[in-house]
Amino acid sequence: MAKKDSTFLNMTLTLLIVTALSAVALGFVYNSTKGPIKDAKAQKLKNAINIVVPGADKGEVEEFKVLSPDGREELTFYKVTHNGELKGYAVNTYSNNGFSGHISVMVGFDENGVIIDNNVLEHAETPGLGDKTSKDVSDWNSQFIGKNPAEFKLNVKKDGGDVDAITAATISSRAYCDALDRAYRGFVAFKESSDSKLVEVSDDNTLIEDNNTEVDSTSNENIGGTK
Amino acid sequence: MEYEYILIIIGAIFVNNIVLAQFLGICPFMGVSSKVKTAVGMGGAVLFVMTLAVIVTWIIMHYVLIPFEIQYMQTIAYILVIASLVQMVEIILKKMSPALYQALGVFLPLITTNCAILGVAILVIQKEFNLLKSVIFSIGNAAGFALALIIFAGIREHMDKLNIPEGMKGIPASLVVAGILALAFMGFAGMV
Amino acid sequence: MNQWKNFTKGFIKENPVFILLLGLCPTLGVTTSAINGLGMGLATTFVLLMSNTVISLIKNVIPNKVRIPSFIVIIASFVTIVDLVMAAYVPALHAQLGLFIPLIVVNCIVLGRAEAFASKNTVLSSMIDGLGMGLGFAFALTILGAVRELLGSYAIFGYKLINTDGMLVFVLAPGAFIGLAYLVAIVRRINK
Repeated sequence: MAKKDSTFLNMTLTLLIVTALSAVALGFVYNSTKGPIKDAKAQKLKNAINIVVPGADKGEVEEFKVLSPDGREELTFYKVTHNGELKGYAVNTYSNNGFSGHISVMVGFDENGVIIDNNVLEHAETPGLGDKTSKDVSDWNSQFIGKNPAEFKLNVKKDGGDVDAITAATISSRAYCDALDRAYRGFVAFKESSDSKLVEVSDDNTLIEDNNTEVDSTSNENIGGTK
Repeated sequence: MEYEYILIIIGAIFVNNIVLAQFLGICPFMGVSSKVKTAVGMGGAVLFVMTLAVIVTWIIMHYVLIPFEIQYMQTIAYILVIASLVQMVEIILKKMSPALYQALGVFLPLITTNCAILGVAILVIQKEFNLLKSVIFSIGNAAGFALALIIFAGIREHMDKLNIPEGMKGIPASLVVAGILALAFMGFAGMV
Repeated sequence: MNQWKNFTKGFIKENPVFILLLGLCPTLGVTTSAINGLGMGLATTFVLLMSNTVISLIKNVIPNKVRIPSFIVIIASFVTIVDLVMAAYVPALHAQLGLFIPLIVVNCIVLGRAEAFASKNTVLSSMIDGLGMGLGFAFALTILGAVRELLGSYAIFGYKLINTDGMLVFVLAPGAFIGLAYLVAIVRRINK
């Protein structure tokens, strides 16, 4: 079994061919999986929205961005409608003050700003402590259901608010409240500007008009279909 | 602004220590750390390779992979860069410090398969750091790696003199020590 | 070559994790539950099987000096394929395993078997070696994952046995080290 000589030509040629073949194989697999990956992401988002605004899985979802009052941050909002009836707004919010840093939260408001439901999306909090912000672990975040942040102060009781913190996980609880508060402030800003019909809309707007599912331009994020 | 950088460093060294909390870099951790001197050398080598690798891979990701929309080539591109860098370091070390080269022995090429290097290179993209933060993050992580390695080597030097049950000698005992170290480092979590 | 022996050696006699002590990073990093351990093990098995096969097929046409880089490219390709396929069809598991999927490329087991076995043996033997080692790896990860899940969350394969918090230390970093330590000790004892 003779192995090829390690001449410069052989080596370069071999590496070139191996890499080229790999690139081709990968390009092929990438193209085949592109669709399913996008679908999986869209499904995950839809599920997350559906938890906080029930009915999103059967209705239409319209995504838009809202600029905060100080103009420094942008939150992604999802308007959920079903059969023409407004079901609520889901807001993808966050806080960087978690015990282990960034946490991502999804909260649903009805049109008066009352919280429909909420859940944590992504976090690196401590299992058994900070991870109780997730519905998978405990029903701690059910205390926010039906609360109106205009009256229900989104701070932990220790800080003078109305929220029961998770035992031994005050930092995670505070961060969660921070996220909810951020979402509510964004909602208020949105409501005030939309009352004068001036909704701040981003470039990847994918308006779903009535019963069509038209997606404009290249940006995806088309969630929710009407059939 | 500076505050953020300090947070990144403290986070990387103590709170999310690359070895004791993120489980990256375990193989060299277990293999090299029986003498403090070798541990220091390994730590230095990792610092150099990691920082260089992060810079090069960051540039490749942002100026080649993303513009051409071939992010899926990330794994291949990254590992080739890292392998080449390690080769380079080997050649340089051989010329400049043959003693250290001998001491590190087979562990030097093993830095290529050190998941810490590839791990950190991928993490800075996941965390969406700019180039400066990525460099600081990688220096922090390399320092954290070195710290864990040196502490571990120190403990192991003493462990040789102890009377450990036969079944636990060697790796099992080392793993238990690592576990206790990990437990200790968890205490830093409150710092940030 | 006795192919049965070739296949089964990966389980106890030459178990990559417990005896050869390779691939420790993912072992410690993803075994917070039995399912995660199993998923990672199977993904690695796929890569092992495919890379061993391909490398054994082309072992005679690769010049010696470039064999490591060539192996790396081949392994990295299969890792990327596994990554993409998992993201498409098992997104939840993919999210759980996260960073450790691309890290399969630096899993010492994969490059180790390629270099030590596949580049020197027939295609059939290499395939079986890859399969056996991979499944042995999966076996180790699943057991460690099960132990950590049982003790840490009082659950198994996601099914909660007692409805309270378990001994959380086991699903955290220290528990990984300590759990592995005792399993290694036990397997060594069995192997005697």
